[in-house]
Amino acid sequence: MPTPEPAGERDAGEPAVSSAREAAAAVVDPEIRVVTIADLGILRDVEEDPATGRVVVTITPTYTGCPAMDVIRADIRHRLAAAGHRDVEVRTVHSPAWSTDWISDAGRAKLAAAGIAPPAPVRRDGVVPLTLAVRCPRCGSPETAQLSRFGSTACKALWRCRACSEPFDHLKAL
Amino acid sequence: MNNPLTFTFALALGDDALIAAQRLAEWATRAPEMEEDIALANIALDQLGAARLLLSYAGELEGAGRDEDALAFLRDDREFRNCLLVELPNGDFAMTMAKLLVLSAYQLPLYTALAGCADERLAAIGGKARKESAYHLDHAALWVKRLGDGTEESHRRMQAGIDQVWPYAHELFVAQPQAPVDPATLRGEFDDTVSAVLAEATLTVPESGWAPGGGRDGVHTEDLSYLLAEMQVLHRAHPGARW
Repeated sequence: MPTPEPAGERDAGEPAVSSAREAAAAVVDPEIRVVTIADLGILRDVEEDPATGRVVVTITPTYTGCPAMDVIRADIRHRLAAAGHRDVEVRTVHSPAWSTDWISDAGRAKLAAAGIAPPAPVRRDGVVPLTLAVRCPRCGSPETAQLSRFGSTACKALWRCRACSEPFDHLKAL
Repeated sequence: MNNPLTFTFALALGDDALIAAQRLAEWATRAPEMEEDIALANIALDQLGAARLLLSYAGELEGAGRDEDALAFLRDDREFRNCLLVELPNGDFAMTMAKLLVLSAYQLPLYTALAGCADERLAAIGGKARKESAYHLDHAALWVKRLGDGTEESHRRMQAGIDQVWPYAHELFVAQPQAPVDPATLRGEFDDTVSAVLAEATLTVPESGWAPGGGRDGVHTEDLSYLLAEMQVLHRAHPGARW
């Protein structure tokens, strides 16, 4: 006999793990509210134990001291509870270490649309060392300069556009 | 306790990061410019993040039920294992940058070596923290060069800052052949990094002489007691209080 479905809004027969994954993936980053934790690559995995129905959500912090992690954990629980998942464990892993290369293309587009210049690919030890210009997210000009190596959150630096004079946040390549 | 050597090692590294974070946070609202205020607070936050991971792991290894908060807030000075470097008062901005240069030039090769060590938990922490340390080192090196190769006064104060913290670098590299990473193996890279920065900054590498130590054995300067009093007072006055 199959395990009884937990009560909730979930449609009977819908694969539980996909509904859990969808709910977790929709959690918005509390400090950069235009992108989700899936966009940023913070969400690593969502699994359901078929025997117990327990959902295990695995996340990884961007920076070790990121103060948003507690809120992200709480938001995952709320979202999953609303989707009918009562037994949820949120695991935090640190390896492999998060990289800005994990930010999805959709995530990069959302960041740029919100005025945050997305990170360039992390430089690997290639043949030609090259630093890409940070383009202004407002006017697209490559004529930009760093104002401050650190910014309003651990993952950002403050830049300014020389063409349109606007200051903007830049997500640092890590 | 399962592995007393790894416990002591994780505790020492966690204490280095925790005390460094507390000292850097003292600059909040007092830095010479706003960008630097944000920078020092961000570096403090990175150090605190590493401290939390290391102290949580130390607590698990100890197996006595102490979590990160118990280790941070309920130990007295003689139980702390941080190096003396991180507890030194901040001094002026030049001395703080000298401290940060020495600390990050030590933490970067340390965390990098840790990332490849046999202990999985320490390897994960090292793999994560080394990226942040590289940024701290860049930041400290920029300021040391700017101040060292700046005006006569900034040069004088930068050299004075380096001279003041230099003796405390010795303690970081005392050999621990049984530890997950033997700090003595990191000295060469440290010396190369720091000498290159100082040369570019037109500063002089101080003579090695007096080499104070004792932090790893719990013998500290009185500065640590005052730091702990401020850091621990709230937790001790209201045990178990939560936000």
